[in-house]
Amino acid sequence: MSAELRDLSARAALDRIEAREVSGDELLAAYATAAAGDELNAFLWRADPDGAEAIAGPLAGLPIAVKDLFCTEGIETTAGSRILEGYRPPYTATAVRRLSEAGARVLGKTNMDEFAMGSSNENSAFGPVLNPWDRRRVPGGSSGGSAAAVAGRLAPWAIGTDTGGSIRQPASLCGIVGLKPTYGAISRYGMVAFASSLDQCGPLTRDVTDTAILLRALEGRDRCDSTSVGIPAGVELPSREDLSGLRLGVARDFSHHADGVEPGVAATFERMLELIADAGGEVVDIELPHASHGISAYYVIAPAEASANLARYDGVRYGLRVDGDGDLTTMYERTRAAGFGAEVKRRIMLGTYALSSGYYDAYYGRAQRVRTKIVEDFASAFATCDLIVTPTSPSVAFEIGAKVADPLSMYMSDYFTVPMSLAGIPAISIPAGLAEPAGGGPELPVGLQIAAPAFAESLLLDAAHALEGAIGFEGAKGAP
Amino acid sequence: MIDREQVLHVARLARLDLGEDEIERMATELSGILGHVERIGELDLEAVEPTSHVVTLENVLRPDRPRPSLPVERALEPAPDVADGAFRVPSPQA
Repeated sequence: MSAELRDLSARAALDRIEAREVSGDELLAAYATAAAGDELNAFLWRADPDGAEAIAGPLAGLPIAVKDLFCTEGIETTAGSRILEGYRPPYTATAVRRLSEAGARVLGKTNMDEFAMGSSNENSAFGPVLNPWDRRRVPGGSSGGSAAAVAGRLAPWAIGTDTGGSIRQPASLCGIVGLKPTYGAISRYGMVAFASSLDQCGPLTRDVTDTAILLRALEGRDRCDSTSVGIPAGVELPSREDLSGLRLGVARDFSHHADGVEPGVAATFERMLELIADAGGEVVDIELPHASHGISAYYVIAPAEASANLARYDGVRYGLRVDGDGDLTTMYERTRAAGFGAEVKRRIMLGTYALSSGYYDAYYGRAQRVRTKIVEDFASAFATCDLIVTPTSPSVAFEIGAKVADPLSMYMSDYFTVPMSLAGIPAISIPAGLAEPAGGGPELPVGLQIAAPAFAESLLLDAAHALEGAIGFEGAKGAP
Repeated sequence: MIDREQVLHVARLARLDLGEDEIERMATELSGILGHVERIGELDLEAVEPTSHVVTLENVLRPDRPRPSLPVERALEPAPDVADGAFRVPSPQA
């Protein structure tokens, strides 16, 4: 019974609750039991289901896993970092509050790369998350705990955050759906800041309809985040069964032909292009001449913003403090040295360097101009197509430890996802099928990324829903 | 490209007390990453305006009316050291 309940998509579970075939409490109990037996290290904290209050609302008491980057009042929020170990925020993030108001209940807080910096979850201070498809492999990152929990049927759905691919890439590697909405669609209030001009909350779910349901509950303007605007046209639940009348753009050098794309991923993407045509869509050639420079611009802009945002971890107001023998600066330096992990230190150093006197124009100034070119590239492309498709990740899930010694190769995991973040446009990853890893072995999930113009989430979800039906990915219910 | 002295200078700016092994590794890793990043130097960006924010927003205002804020004791709760309703820190030395 419990395993069967956990096979349901969130939408199917909500339908059963409405038909009074099952209660929200039974679903919560089933998932709480599964989460308590978590062997993937997906959760950092779990709620006590016995203490959970029944709440009304469209989400009918259904549990949800929340990335540990979201502040939850009185509940430990670590951002995957030693420097915040034991921190109990005095307030709750707007995204989590909105979900609660819609009737969802927090099942647990999920593991993540420290401060959302990473593509494998190996940067968590609390140990790596394992991919439910193959436990020797990473689930992707930084929202790896959320992705693994959903794919491993430990949660019906989850929220995460995406700065350069942190929802889409783990969704791809775990065989689930992940959406990065338009920048500004969802409030960032109470979301521990990494790179403020890029950070965005979004859903990780079993299917596209579930993503639409969560997005509906999450989006909206928030007076606590002046950059939030919501989605002005609202969010329609997807209904499209084909792609007729839609033009899907493919940029040759930003597709399966790009350097470093695994053969299995390339073959799956090629199959997707045929499937799009079969479903009535038109595949059109586009150009995104600056997209290949996205990684370079991103790894200046994001660390620069991070170096400023992470200045707040100084051992004064919350979190870790290491004694400085009576000296303030020594206290700062020792606290930050002991509290931050290697990748976070690397990005703080990179960002501080890029913003330092004499280098600002050469790095940060140039990167911001490349960002303008990328925004313009997408604007011109959307003059000739409705949506853009790419592989989500150049590879399937890689083995734990494979890329830890080479930060640059890890950064290339975000090759296809970073340009959409820089342009602030919405992009979704849906499971496209299974492919053999480059080194051989059992087949693993491959993701298809679809991007749309800003605030065109309803169109994006509609097309993704039609393709999802055409693909018929069986693993969407979760890993085997 | 990035030498030991530069690493130490940036670490001081970032208030990071790096260990001896970290300094060496950081010099190598940052050089590698910056080598890749510097490819954007090939682009002609002379007349291009920088982008710092992607959503067009101007003067997001709200009524200037006071509303309750976090109580002081609640804000101090997660702090490592407090005294007299304030965060206590070691005194900065010259």
